[in-house]
Amino acid sequence: MSTEKKKAHPYKFILWVGLGSIIMLFAGMTSAYIVKKGQANWLDFELPVVFWFSTLVILLSSVTMQMALKKFKERQMGQYRGFITLTVVLGLVFVVTQMMGFSALEANSIALTGPRSNSAGSFLLVIAGLHILHVLGGVIALAIIFLRAYSVKTKFYNALPVELASIYWHFVDILWIYLFVFLQFVG
Amino acid sequence: MSNEATIIEDVHVKSVTSHDVHEHGDHGHHEHHETFLSKYVFSMDHKMIAKQFLITGMVWAVLGGLMSVLFRLQLGYPDASFPFLESLLGKWAKGGQITPEAYYALVTTHGTVLVFFVLTAGLSGTFANFLIPLQIGARDMASPFMNMLSYWFFFVASVVMLSSMFVETGPFSGGWTAYPPLSALGDASPGSKTGMDLWIIAMSLFIVSSLLGGLNYIATILNMRTKGMSMTRLPLTIWALFFTAVLGVLSFPVLLSGMILLIFDRNFGTSFYLSDIFVNGVGALPNEGGSAILYQHLFWFLGHPEVYIILLPAMGMVSEIMSVSSRKPIFGYMAMLGSLFAIAALAFLVWAHHMFVTGLNPFLGSVFVLLTLLIAVPSAIKVFNWLTTLWRGNIRFTPGMLFAIGFVSLFISGGLTGIWLGNAALDIHLHDTYFVIAHFHIVMGVASMFGMFAGMYHWFPKMYGRFMNNTLGYIHFWVTIAGAYLIFWPMHYEGLAGMPRRYFDFSIWESFKQFGELNKFITIVSMIVFAVQILFLMNFFYSIFKGRKVTSENPWEANTLEWTTPIRPGHGNWVGEIPEVHRWAYDYGKDGKDFIQQTTPVGADESTH
Repeated sequence: MSTEKKKAHPYKFILWVGLGSIIMLFAGMTSAYIVKKGQANWLDFELPVVFWFSTLVILLSSVTMQMALKKFKERQMGQYRGFITLTVVLGLVFVVTQMMGFSALEANSIALTGPRSNSAGSFLLVIAGLHILHVLGGVIALAIIFLRAYSVKTKFYNALPVELASIYWHFVDILWIYLFVFLQFVG
Repeated sequence: MSNEATIIEDVHVKSVTSHDVHEHGDHGHHEHHETFLSKYVFSMDHKMIAKQFLITGMVWAVLGGLMSVLFRLQLGYPDASFPFLESLLGKWAKGGQITPEAYYALVTTHGTVLVFFVLTAGLSGTFANFLIPLQIGARDMASPFMNMLSYWFFFVASVVMLSSMFVETGPFSGGWTAYPPLSALGDASPGSKTGMDLWIIAMSLFIVSSLLGGLNYIATILNMRTKGMSMTRLPLTIWALFFTAVLGVLSFPVLLSGMILLIFDRNFGTSFYLSDIFVNGVGALPNEGGSAILYQHLFWFLGHPEVYIILLPAMGMVSEIMSVSSRKPIFGYMAMLGSLFAIAALAFLVWAHHMFVTGLNPFLGSVFVLLTLLIAVPSAIKVFNWLTTLWRGNIRFTPGMLFAIGFVSLFISGGLTGIWLGNAALDIHLHDTYFVIAHFHIVMGVASMFGMFAGMYHWFPKMYGRFMNNTLGYIHFWVTIAGAYLIFWPMHYEGLAGMPRRYFDFSIWESFKQFGELNKFITIVSMIVFAVQILFLMNFFYSIFKGRKVTSENPWEANTLEWTTPIRPGHGNWVGEIPEVHRWAYDYGKDGKDFIQQTTPVGADESTH
């Protein structure tokens, strides 16, 4: 009995393995990036400053996510909803600032797509874009558990969905830190 | 117990929400509450999902096999005209002769469908779903809902892939590997237009399906085993399916990343894979600086593990069936397990042996040669252990057992040519010839198909509560194994002579004219083998409804847990408590007893394992 308790919930375990598979997706992308960079015709450019800002935003969102989980476990549902809302907003701000980064590059006539594009810029778009999709997936997950906190009549105090969402959210945060450092110093 | 309880709740919540009054014990009686839709269509029962994968896989196997017969007709009879081809393929076979475009479309679709839809989804989708919960002692998968999604993603992928055959410009025709630029430029060939778009969509959906399934298999095996089922008591089927799932979860995302870049090159004008290209009728393309080789790296990083994703489930099932039908413990259980692990690990380190002639640095190539040849070690261990399991066994030649033995034969024959091809120096001569075709069809295609047949004959009684007809099974086996060798053995010689693969017509080619009669022979045999597979399907479907009924829970006198369930288990598998496991799965012929099931407690005079 006691040993059984220590085992992760199967859903949590599925999530961990799934994160491994997301890591492989980005590992594939970043190693392709390294291979491509080693070949001819590579355009070097500076990342726009706004990416620093978006990094700050996603770091902050991890803090609010953690606060939301803490408040949920303390049954402070009002504050929990507040922090979840804040996390969702910060997630969306992150997405917007990333988009601003892309536009800044285009404004500096570094094409990300189209015939004049260099794969250096296209890689940034694809890698950061895929990450944005993963952030939006997290936003949708948070929105669903947020709405459930309102709609379910009988109070539902199973922390599992919130825990799963927070593991995923922190993962997406750390993933961006990796990508940012990678693009900043390798790219 | 806490785990089991959550699963029981899951099963309750998800499948029988409308019937809330249930005792924990009566899972065997769920069926009659379920509607047709929830039982047969949107089922969350792993056994039903397994059958859905199996039947969908069969449909694809027939289509994919038929395609191979059609393009073999062209290779065997390049000058003849078959009016029925025109009625079947329409404008793709004007005057009864397949057009070159149709030939390439058939070859491409045959490859894609057989590798992914039949031997990945049809094989591991079927048997991972069916066997994992039954053999580890679980009521269902970790997430039955994700499991259902996994099938339906596969189904939609199938529909999209099928629809690509009916578009005006035809399905994709640039080979199952979808190398750019043929796959990246719509203007490159008719099949590169809508057909390729649909191919990418189908494959992306397929990858999602594989990932959903794989995550579930891993989580189920590691978290949901019944009491006493330690990892080293697991049947080798489960170990093989576990490594298969790990390979899939780690390698399919990399293929996805390669295909995402491909989508950008196709649709958004980027230059990941494209550089210095001139297309007839279009002119020079503006794309600069891309590398087509980059795609090959990303593709084969999945592509090689994919070979083992196909092969490992077959190995696992063969090990299990061989032990049961030899009435002997599997020889070297830990060595079998270790070699599965070694193969799975090496699978990630050998992808560039598909790229020896792409201008790969020879020093890098020699590392890949070494790692590739290393695979011979665990493979030889496995073969040795299968043969020693058979040695002095009290063999029961059931159709399942015959196919298991046939698997070993094919694995040896095809594995040996792998040692040839794994050498970069030999590969300069042999690459892209019929030698390669012969090698991978025997070792990966036919061998895995044999593993699948072995599994189907062996677990048919558990799936449908009836037996398949033995006589038809024997005919099926002998014609198929003789046919497989007659088809692919001669191709080795053609390949050694330099006959290249993916050519439409050899009759006008002075060097390879001499193989005309041989090609005709291969075509005739392939038609016979195809006909025998239809016989197998008739046996299969007839037996579902009219086969000899299974009268005991354990018709093969096997040790594993699936044979402790009722003859036709309901959703939840066991009536009452899940049995506890006290020993490993291979106590055959021990202490004068023919077999001792895993649920039998260890006697006072026995040591545990």
